[in-house]
Amino acid sequence: MVEHRRFGNLLPHLVLLAGVAIVAFPVYLAIIASTHDNTVIANGQMPLYPGTHAIETYWNTIVSGTGRTTRAPVGGMMLNSLIMALGIAAGKIAISIISAYAIVFFSFPFRMTAFWTIFITLMLPVEVRIFPTYKITSDLSMLDSYSGLILPLIASATATLLFRQFFMTVPKELVEASKIDGAGPIRFFWDTLLPLSVTNIAALFVILFIYGWNQYLWPLLITTRDDMQTIVIGIKKIIDVHDALTEWQVAMATAVLAMLPPVAVVVLMQRLFVKGLIETEK
Amino acid sequence: MASVTLRDVSKTYPGGFEAIKGISLEVGDGQFCVLVGPSGCGKSTLLRMVAGLETITGGDIDIGGRIVNQIEPAERDIAMVFQNYALYPHMSVYNNMAYGLRNRGMGEPEIDTRVQEAARILELGAMLERKPGQLSGGQRQRVAMGRAIVRQPKVFLFDEPLSNLDAKLRIAMRVEIRKLQRRLKTTSIYVTHDQLEAMTLGDILVVMNGGRVEQIGNPLEIYQKPATTFVASFIGAPPMNLLPLRSDEIKSQFAGVSRVTGDAGLLGIRPEDFVISSDGVAGGIALGLTVEAIERVGAETFIYGSRQHEGQGIAANPGELPPGEVIVRIPGAIAPAIGERIRAIAPREKLHLFSADGRKRIDL
Repeated sequence: MVEHRRFGNLLPHLVLLAGVAIVAFPVYLAIIASTHDNTVIANGQMPLYPGTHAIETYWNTIVSGTGRTTRAPVGGMMLNSLIMALGIAAGKIAISIISAYAIVFFSFPFRMTAFWTIFITLMLPVEVRIFPTYKITSDLSMLDSYSGLILPLIASATATLLFRQFFMTVPKELVEASKIDGAGPIRFFWDTLLPLSVTNIAALFVILFIYGWNQYLWPLLITTRDDMQTIVIGIKKIIDVHDALTEWQVAMATAVLAMLPPVAVVVLMQRLFVKGLIETEK
Repeated sequence: MASVTLRDVSKTYPGGFEAIKGISLEVGDGQFCVLVGPSGCGKSTLLRMVAGLETITGGDIDIGGRIVNQIEPAERDIAMVFQNYALYPHMSVYNNMAYGLRNRGMGEPEIDTRVQEAARILELGAMLERKPGQLSGGQRQRVAMGRAIVRQPKVFLFDEPLSNLDAKLRIAMRVEIRKLQRRLKTTSIYVTHDQLEAMTLGDILVVMNGGRVEQIGNPLEIYQKPATTFVASFIGAPPMNLLPLRSDEIKSQFAGVSRVTGDAGLLGIRPEDFVISSDGVAGGIALGLTVEAIERVGAETFIYGSRQHEGQGIAANPGELPPGEVIVRIPGAIAPAIGERIRAIAPREKLHLFSADGRKRIDL
């Protein structure tokens, strides 16, 4: 659509800039807040320029903790979150790519039943099945452990569905050519299907990593020890202090730190991510 | 080096559909066999059965003296070229060709020798490191053939390998495939729906229709002596003219040509066997036609004429002529005007006679 506009691209750019400002301003505010002393924020006059306590605040937040509350340093929380998010993303991809492979390329009795059973679990996110899941995790004594954080979340109908759709676009002649070339099912999976899925895997990894990183309810439920806390829980706990002033500068520093890994993943995998979403070359 | 023998091979799908209704066929060592027929006639299914990609529900397939009914495709010692090439998109040309050999545990030096040799034959030397996505259609086709060649199999199977190429390239590749096969002397089975490809490539032509074989023979023999009206109208373009013998005009002329036996019902004349002339025809046949349409293609001209006394109609099957219409092919570009009345004559030895149901050829 080509239009003649008096102000050229000015108006669209203004709209876009307004959008960016709305999204970015709270982030900016969090960064600013994390550089001021607690008292500056607590007296209710939040300045818009950076303060002088940045290094001190971040050092305390990541490494030592402030000692005024019972909180563990954020460094450990970030590690916990990282392990959980990587575990969930990798686990979901591994399980769903294998199940999609079975559903698309093999014919076995109740194949479609299996597919629909997986499909139906879309309606059963953790929040819905939280009690039985908790019971099982607790019976297997996986509370306060990485396996407890990761395993209940790694079955993914969405990812299975995505891989299924992708696998169905793989020409059947490619499967047949592999057969004639003497590649069995496992060979075909490793040598042909997996390399073809790389961009899809990357795109899915980005989405699933962020999903895992942002988990709140499940970690809140099954972790009680401070050293097993994830960073998202950490933020909440820092804000919820009784009989003391909330350390807003620490809370904001934690929030900023919590944003970094997802941002890093998106930035680093952006090219593959976009390719995975738009690519149709086969 | 091997021959392929099919003995009463049939295929019935679980739903009860009979795709192949009992086919016996022998392809000798080093021969080039072409399966040709309209879409849905079962030719691709038959090829895939030989390859082992479809199960066999009856009969035996024998490759080089070994019955392969239950043997996996990889163990049958065959190589297949697919219509859409089916190259591995993420592998280089070199690896596409080497993949099958590596899976067989062949040593890298031997693989390299074979791939380089195939690349030399197919002139792919400069492209070995490229991915299939960076190649043109014709080049991909060559890689697909290279992948077949390096295996040095007993049999090549081609499943409409040229139908994704444009017309010019198709002709060039057709010649190349033929040359290559002559040079390697590998038994080949080739599926196509293009009768021209079939005629030019095959040592043996198998014309199929509805899961059955209509005729097996060498291409010229089939062209000159089609066994059924299906073969007569499928092989040769434009198709053979088929005229019902009950028409008075033909019957009266025909009485002088031959004894018309009881079941003879259809007379066939190829368009190129007509001559436009007002001369008499000793022992032949003459048709009076009104010119309806003319197609000039340069070296030759097709005249579509209608016979008097016959009602105009619409063809019952695609590729067949409407009743009462006759195609005449004449060399050059000089043709009569539309609406003009002409007389087309054909000599006796060029006439084909079929039973009324078209299933049987009657020799004159």
